[in-house]
Amino acid sequence: MTNAVIKAKNLSIGYGKKVLLQNADFEVKKGDIFIIMGGSGCGKSSLLKVLTGLMPPLNGSFDLLGLDFNTSNAVQKEALRQKTGILYQSGALFSSMTLKENIALPLNQYSDYNQKTIDELVALKLALVGLSGYEDYYPSEISGGMKKRAGLARALALDPEIVYFDEPSAGLDPVSSARLDELMIEINKNLNTTLVVVTHELQSIFAIASNSIYLDATTKTITASGNPHDILKNPPNERVKQFLLRGKD
Amino acid sequence: METMKFDIKGDALNIYLVGDFVKQDLPQALFEQINAQKITKILIDSSLLEKWDSSFLVMLYELYQKASQKNIVIKASKLPNGVEALIKLALSVPRASELAPAPRIGFLEKAGDLTIRVYQTIRKTTKFTLHNLRIFFSSFLRRTTTRDVDFLFALQDCGPKALPIVLLISFMVGLILAFVGAVQLQMFGAEVYVASLVTIGMTRIMGAIMVGIIMAGRTGASFAATIGTMQVNEEIDALKTMGINVSEFLVLPRLKALVVTMPLLTMLADFAGILGGAAVGILALNIPYSEFFKYAYNAWFLKHFLVGLFHAFVFGFIIALSGCYFGINCGRDADSVGKSTTSAVVYSIVWMIIATGLITFCFQRMGI
Repeated sequence: MTNAVIKAKNLSIGYGKKVLLQNADFEVKKGDIFIIMGGSGCGKSSLLKVLTGLMPPLNGSFDLLGLDFNTSNAVQKEALRQKTGILYQSGALFSSMTLKENIALPLNQYSDYNQKTIDELVALKLALVGLSGYEDYYPSEISGGMKKRAGLARALALDPEIVYFDEPSAGLDPVSSARLDELMIEINKNLNTTLVVVTHELQSIFAIASNSIYLDATTKTITASGNPHDILKNPPNERVKQFLLRGKD
Repeated sequence: METMKFDIKGDALNIYLVGDFVKQDLPQALFEQINAQKITKILIDSSLLEKWDSSFLVMLYELYQKASQKNIVIKASKLPNGVEALIKLALSVPRASELAPAPRIGFLEKAGDLTIRVYQTIRKTTKFTLHNLRIFFSSFLRRTTTRDVDFLFALQDCGPKALPIVLLISFMVGLILAFVGAVQLQMFGAEVYVASLVTIGMTRIMGAIMVGIIMAGRTGASFAATIGTMQVNEEIDALKTMGINVSEFLVLPRLKALVVTMPLLTMLADFAGILGGAAVGILALNIPYSEFFKYAYNAWFLKHFLVGLFHAFVFGFIIALSGCYFGINCGRDADSVGKSTTSAVVYSIVWMIIATGLITFCFQRMGI
């Protein structure tokens, strides 16, 4: 039996007539830190939108936790969404709510916990991301790195099996970026959560990835897959090599 | 001192650069010479060049472009550090005029594209409206994901916070109605009927329309801007991926708040308008206040009053749905938020006028 949590079959994505990726087949295994990498405009973020159900694929399908996402009914989709969390580039915290309210939102929506338990759960999630004591702060009162960590705490609120990250290092200084990488590794190791990360930050890729795919904007296909260190040792083509070496030979 | 000199010896054009080449226009005389003379090589001597800026690069760039078109060889001696590299960089990118022109779109294709877009917009807005109306009416029978605090915030924003401006404008509208009416009625010695005119005018339609316009500009725009900013910040994506119903979470509290407050604001606007009329009648036309209010009372019909409230109720739906629709369908940049806000106000007002026409027609046919 396969232990894939995401299985894409012949997946094509794009907008209208514009195809970004065609006939993609890949698997994300349980417990992986799976990187979706590639140059600008190759369709990384669009692939993430498809995987999170924000946009339908042009063609093909993908199984999420054993269910075909696109043919699932509304109830099944809602159940699947509760098993996934997502951290957006900006954190996407609700600006009218405090951090506590932000993290409590999915708990209020989908659980029958009483308010005291919810408060404790929120405090725990904030502690996990190093933001203890910031419960009553509004997103506008904290830094960009803290917003991302708070966004991660919200993504972890319902103990998801998969957490998606959209360019987690974007806009962060090197130290905050490294801390976020460490946090992601801790979460993956200790909570056994599968992480799917869209990024082109090479330092992050080599620091955290256990598996990856490379999307090629020219061929509109996946041209490399596997552990990035292994891909670098044996790159399938010049573009992948250039990407992983930051343009150097 | 001239920064650039040139002369032609045989088939060679010699250019001498001296001093500072800063903030200089393109040397048209030089390019005219290149076009007019039969030149095979250009020799640039920049050994005496001291300062330079982008205008120097532009001159060189044009020179290299011209040379490559006319197969002229350029030899430059002692160009300042970096200049050659910058020129190479600039020349490696084709100019827009050299790129393949954008395909021409014919009239029929444009018309077809427009028709498809109009059809898709109508389908999208109809779907959005029906979906949210269904959620609105079913929300009284079932539990929704709307947070009470969001509803109360919206209620406060649409009600008490909007009240001062609504009262002020309505008072002024009553005042104007009375003045305009008085001019005509005075000719017949019937100025006391100003009270009837203002009362019927305000209660039947003017109160609702004025509140509608104020709320479209104030609250509808605010809905579009708030939700549009949430779209820009990916907050709406976050809601969707959390499986939270965006209509219940964002649209419903605003829709409920506006549908509740619009009729209440209209009632108060009617009253403020009549007071505005009274101010003119009593102070300017010298109508005794008991007489004014007697005529106003006699002109006050429940029928007119309820027609006004019905208008306000419908306007509440229009403003809230329009504001939320344009907010949710906002683009991903700051400019889009501005456009969404403008569209929300414009479409609210247009639809309010259309709705007023339809309601007036229907009520007239029904004898109301």
